[in-house]
Amino acid sequence: MSATAVHSLWTTAATAADPISKIDTPKIEYGQLAPTLIVVGAAVVGVLVEAFVPRKSRYYAQMFVSVVALVAAFATVVALAADGYGTTKAGIAAMGAIAVDGPALFLQGTILLASLVALFTFAERRLDPQAHGNPVDSFAAQAASVPGSESEQKAVRAGFTTTEVFPLLLFAVAGMLIFPAANDLLTLFVALEVFSLPLYLLCALARRKRLMSQEAAVKYFLLGAFASAFTLFGIALLYGYAGSMSYGAIAQVVDGSVVEVTPALADTMGNDALLLVGGALIVMGLLFKVGAVPFHMWTPDVYQGAPTPVTGFMAAATKVAAFGALLRLLYVVLPGLRWDWRPVMWGVAIVTMLGGAIVAITQTDIKRLLAYSSIAHAGFILAGVIATTPDGISSVLFYLAAYSFVTIGAFAVVTLVRDAGGEATHLSKWAGLGRRSPLVAAVFAVFLLAFAGIPLTSGFAGKFAVFKAAAEGGAAPLVVVGVISSAVAAFFYIRVIVLMFFSEPRPEGPTVAVPSPLTTTAIAVGVAVTVVLGVAPQYFLDLAGQAGTFVR
Amino acid sequence: MNPVNYLYLAALLFTIGATGVLIRRNAIVVFMCVELMLNACNLAFVAFSRMHGNLDGQIIAFFTMVVAAAEVVVGLAIIVSLFRSRHSASVDDASLMKL
Repeated sequence: MSATAVHSLWTTAATAADPISKIDTPKIEYGQLAPTLIVVGAAVVGVLVEAFVPRKSRYYAQMFVSVVALVAAFATVVALAADGYGTTKAGIAAMGAIAVDGPALFLQGTILLASLVALFTFAERRLDPQAHGNPVDSFAAQAASVPGSESEQKAVRAGFTTTEVFPLLLFAVAGMLIFPAANDLLTLFVALEVFSLPLYLLCALARRKRLMSQEAAVKYFLLGAFASAFTLFGIALLYGYAGSMSYGAIAQVVDGSVVEVTPALADTMGNDALLLVGGALIVMGLLFKVGAVPFHMWTPDVYQGAPTPVTGFMAAATKVAAFGALLRLLYVVLPGLRWDWRPVMWGVAIVTMLGGAIVAITQTDIKRLLAYSSIAHAGFILAGVIATTPDGISSVLFYLAAYSFVTIGAFAVVTLVRDAGGEATHLSKWAGLGRRSPLVAAVFAVFLLAFAGIPLTSGFAGKFAVFKAAAEGGAAPLVVVGVISSAVAAFFYIRVIVLMFFSEPRPEGPTVAVPSPLTTTAIAVGVAVTVVLGVAPQYFLDLAGQAGTFVR
Repeated sequence: MNPVNYLYLAALLFTIGATGVLIRRNAIVVFMCVELMLNACNLAFVAFSRMHGNLDGQIIAFFTMVVAAAEVVVGLAIIVSLFRSRHSASVDDASLMKL
């Protein structure tokens, strides 16, 4: 298009007959977008609750709003799926911005259930003894007060609690619901920021070890913003390459099956540098979010410093959302480029699996250990992503669902083991835990065995599905590396179990707090999902199999 | 002028920002460098928009500005709270969790 013609786009409009009537009303399918809208609406209500409800009853009001919203949103997802939006009626809603299809609904359901369980751990108020007659949760009395200062003590004495965590959680969940369903690059970027920004704040809100918590938040924020700037530049380059933001249109240009080629598009279409660099930058941003090597440096520090309920939520839900978006990007936008991205992803998957498993061996802090374990798991899931087959999609969906509940359960157990300084996260303090409180240790052992992928746990079913898909997709060497790193990883999981059950408890060791029904529910759901998905995975594998088709 | 030159400028600004993030030590300056990277993206969007003759890129630039503003709110809150408890905004001093 010539320069004058471009200029006319925004200068000649006034002389046209009736420019206003030419704007079509956007068509929004509110029913299909209901899960996200419910959660966003509840988050806004949560902000209003902060403003208008008296401090004493805020906690209960926030709990009520959040639980109702998450349950209602999950019910809507199930209703949409039952109505066939996951299979036959799958389509694109909101003027091309959001896809409503099998993977989107499956992942949204997983995120909502995982968030509901994580919400219970957020709301736990019985682990610490009451301070000045007020119940205490895992979050700072007043985030703005300087740690150790007079104002912090005043806030604690007055019984303040940061009930803002509930709306923050809901905003993050809303972003995560959109992220795997985003069908154009702008929606992808906005969703990325919508779920990241609340997470940065949540990381800074720990009640104990506040300096570490703030440090974790700064690291997460600076690195996260850095990564999203790269993503945005990648989006700019892909937009420049294809002249459009929508996944379908970009995919057509990548395939070379585009119908109408304007001169400008003909110029940029031939420029593979734009496509390759742009695609690589976007994928890099997503790999940062899933915590794949070499973009994993933030993971251990942030997982260790953040309040443990937040860590559990982040480890589970962020991974589900980010892998969903990565799958959609690679399978819908860039399938025409798979001979270019597959070798790169091979490399990333191999170093992620091996790196996560090997570095985890040297860890002495339980939260850091779980962080490296989550890096290794990101590698296993990437093996399924690389398969580029329908089985690859469904196995990744199943793995994500299985993994998220194990993770939340494991971090919920970590919140229970406490000493005078809050949570006792150093591994040496966990010695002999099995003798002192066999039930907690046994539950944690179940989660560790699931992480290790021992048969009859969900971890085994997930790993088997992912590796099977990878082998059939022509990535057999990846499976070999995956099995080797699983064996390495099993070593340190088993080491923790041995430490808990076969070593003498230390006299000054930690105590195990008796939680309220909230955390008990979270842990029980974790164990139940782990066992059910391990013993009878077929129904859920079939469900993931039915959900495994992207709409384009 | 050929719009491609603006793309070179955008890439240059982006690189300056990325280099700044990697070598500067003050959290505020690091954060300003991230903002520079976002603005470089905006320039690229607008230049591509001009090349393709559609308005998508200019609309996205607005969204980027809003997102950048939201990021400033969250980021400054976190950095200021870190500064108030340590009296330093250096990212090198934040090393409680080193192995």
